[in-house]
Amino acid sequence: MPTLQIPPLPFATPLPEHWQSEAQHMLGVKAKVQTWAEVDLDDRLNFGLGIIVLGDGRLVARAPNEPDWQTWELTGDLSLKHFDHAGVGTLELSDSVKRLKVWRYTLSQNLAILRLITEFDLQVRSLRAGHPVTRSSEEICPKCKTPLEPGADECAICTHELHTPPSTWTLFRLWRFAKPYRGQLLAGFLLMLGSTAATLIPPYLTMPLMDEVLIPFQSGADIDPWTVAPYLGGLLGAAVISWSLGWAKTYILAIVSERIGADLRTTTYEHLLQLSLEYFGGKRTGDLMARIGSETDRICVFLSLHLLDFATDVLMIVMTAIILFSINPWLALVTLAPLPFIAWLIHLVRDKLRTGFEKIDRVWGEVTNVLADTIPGIRVVKAFAQEKRESQRFREANRHNLIVNDRLNKTWSLFSPSVSLMTEIGLLVVWAFGIWQVARHDITVGMLTAFLAYIGRFYSRLDSMSRIVSVTQKAAAGAKRIFDILDHVSNVPEPTNPVPFESVKGQIELREVGFRYGNRSVIRNLSLTIQPGEMIGLVGHSGSGKSTLVNLICRFYDVTDGSIRVDGIDVRSLRVADYRRHIGLVLQDPFLFFGSIAENIAYGKPDATRQEIIAAARAAHAHEFILRLPLGYDSLVGERGQGLSGGERQRISIARALLINPRLLILDEATSSVDSETEKEIQRALDNLVAGRTTIAIAHRLSTLHKADRLVVMDRGEIVEVGSHDALMAQKGAYHRLYEAQARNVDGGPVSRPEGNMDRAKHEPA
Amino acid sequence: MNPPDYQISRNAFGHLVLTRAGGERHENVVPIRAFPIAAPGEGVSLVGQDGEELAWIERLDDLDKRTRDAIEEDLALREFVPVIARLKRVSTFATPSTWLVDTDRGETSFVLRGEEDIRHLGQNALLISDSHGIQYLIADLPALDKHSRRLLDRFL
Repeated sequence: MPTLQIPPLPFATPLPEHWQSEAQHMLGVKAKVQTWAEVDLDDRLNFGLGIIVLGDGRLVARAPNEPDWQTWELTGDLSLKHFDHAGVGTLELSDSVKRLKVWRYTLSQNLAILRLITEFDLQVRSLRAGHPVTRSSEEICPKCKTPLEPGADECAICTHELHTPPSTWTLFRLWRFAKPYRGQLLAGFLLMLGSTAATLIPPYLTMPLMDEVLIPFQSGADIDPWTVAPYLGGLLGAAVISWSLGWAKTYILAIVSERIGADLRTTTYEHLLQLSLEYFGGKRTGDLMARIGSETDRICVFLSLHLLDFATDVLMIVMTAIILFSINPWLALVTLAPLPFIAWLIHLVRDKLRTGFEKIDRVWGEVTNVLADTIPGIRVVKAFAQEKRESQRFREANRHNLIVNDRLNKTWSLFSPSVSLMTEIGLLVVWAFGIWQVARHDITVGMLTAFLAYIGRFYSRLDSMSRIVSVTQKAAAGAKRIFDILDHVSNVPEPTNPVPFESVKGQIELREVGFRYGNRSVIRNLSLTIQPGEMIGLVGHSGSGKSTLVNLICRFYDVTDGSIRVDGIDVRSLRVADYRRHIGLVLQDPFLFFGSIAENIAYGKPDATRQEIIAAARAAHAHEFILRLPLGYDSLVGERGQGLSGGERQRISIARALLINPRLLILDEATSSVDSETEKEIQRALDNLVAGRTTIAIAHRLSTLHKADRLVVMDRGEIVEVGSHDALMAQKGAYHRLYEAQARNVDGGPVSRPEGNMDRAKHEPA
Repeated sequence: MNPPDYQISRNAFGHLVLTRAGGERHENVVPIRAFPIAAPGEGVSLVGQDGEELAWIERLDDLDKRTRDAIEEDLALREFVPVIARLKRVSTFATPSTWLVDTDRGETSFVLRGEEDIRHLGQNALLISDSHGIQYLIADLPALDKHSRRLLDRFL
């Protein structure tokens, strides 16, 4: 094989070794490999590996599960098209009259395929025009169309897809939260050492008490109070020392563990708030609440109680073992013999219990999910008289919970008694061996009593230590669920070197934007430039991608392909908070937080003065109705603004948007949930809001868009028409049809606005 | 059932074409099953280029063989739900986790993003979506071998 000279082309990762010689043969010995893509499905959609290689003027390919290569010489009438459905991409090579070849691939190959198409189009276009191939000096990422740094073959913006699994040693990762308290932890540990040692003194003192006082007394000697007093004093002293050290230890460590728990909770919540809407769309509220609430609490209890006990126990066992061996090695050996066996038993059950507890957690999530589903939707449940069904669903979830618990309890319930049995047997062995040794005069009766006193504690601790298995597993399962959140990288990542974003003009440019939600392509190849101060009306059927487009512009999601630029800067290179500060958003169903009306208006600018708040409320035509409320601006509004009508809530949210004085304004069906009288009121408020800002308004009622400079008609994720109302009406296209359809409906009651499920999910305020 | 008032054929680009009795032609027709999992044999819609429904087929069996074959051939290429026959290996029991599986379409690996991407379908079936949105089906959970079930159990 002659050495290949692959020139440094955009994204030219070298062709994999195993394709190289054959591909080179097919291309011709001297030909350069320009770009290539692997396809991983065959014609019948079976998995297999194939390759498409594009050289200069020639495309060669070997389809998966086929032995032969195929070659096509590029001509001007060839075209390469791709589309995808349900996770499967299709690439079609056609000439002007027929399809020549079709390849299929999973979307994991998408980037390479896009790269191939870009290069293919470049070559075919030059063939068609008769010019030599001219590559632009600016290298562009095939996915997001962002110009690349010279020499970089991967786009810094696109390479954030991360699939590294979190480590299994999850509990050790809690160290990150324990670290700030290492001083207190060390102090706690030393105190623990001291108090444990103190508790081991009393059994030791039984030895001389027995041998020097009680047994001589039985054989007729008198009891000398001066011999007894120091021993009794020692017993009291040990008890007092152990009590005070134990108190200090528990107090310090409990305080630390509470702090660790609180830090964990706050960090998790803060991280959660940073995650994109996509994450919230995929999770159930009940589950997330359980994770942040009860899981952190469980970890905290584990740290402050169980782990502490366990450490004390381990210390005690080690110290006891040392003492026992120093008294009599043989008896010590017999006493400690069951220990490895018990350790083995514990280990045996460990795996079963851990998976069991993880399962219980998930099932518990199911139970709370039923609640989280039903309680907010209680009106629907009652309206359709489905209480029975919902209670059945809850019963079912509970039953599942019971089954899983029962299964685990079978193992678990066997576990503790088994350990107790071991303990009893162990004691029996010590008695037997001890009596035998006493009979042989190897040890004194006092030694045997001391041993029995020690191992009485010792084994009782082993029993409680065995509980550590389950609590550790529970805590580890909890920690895993917490770290699942913490490890989740935001789909809307913060840039490493954010571009400053201060004075904003408000020009928005969409460059070949594509967005996929799950495996459904929602926005396709959409390009649009919006001038500063321009008002754009987005129109189209529900599900045509209007709300998605707006969500992309707000950067609630990141685009899958292409890029969105504001004043020429890719929004992904801006800090999210910097960018959103310039966006005012008025939603269809405005969300009011629990608090006063003034607080709600000032939500986006908490340091706003009262004058500013009132000015915003006036401009939003909300001032008067607020004054009519019993407590004026201090009136409390509930979770979803109970007590206020839809129009009133809407005007509060308009005031909220006005107050931050945004350059970009997004109105997502801002007037569709109110009657036409209120709508006029809101419309006046909106007119104040829109003035001088770049505005994108979605409206189902086309009449509300009369102020728009341009209307953009969307259909199935693409722009079909752009123009003013008059121009579009004259065109008699899609807009004309929409308008006519609505004009006919006007008398037939309000226009319905069914939104697809997916759109709904994105409306949910985070 | 009356015979359909249209003809289905395939054009040179490999796409379906629907021709009505009156001569009206629709290119790039796509067949879509209404219930791909619950009732694959019933309810197939023929949808035109702009997403509008051109014809509704109550039952595929009612069609003549040629039309049915053409439609089924297209359906086969649209529906990509590999059925998992065996779980060979999973990279970790925490998510995201990479699974190596045997499916009815050959061996493959995919990334499971979270446990919530495994959905129960009825009593014994599971639908698993991977990080690229491809859906994998486990048709009958108890029928899997012991190793696979043990691995899977950790995620359920």
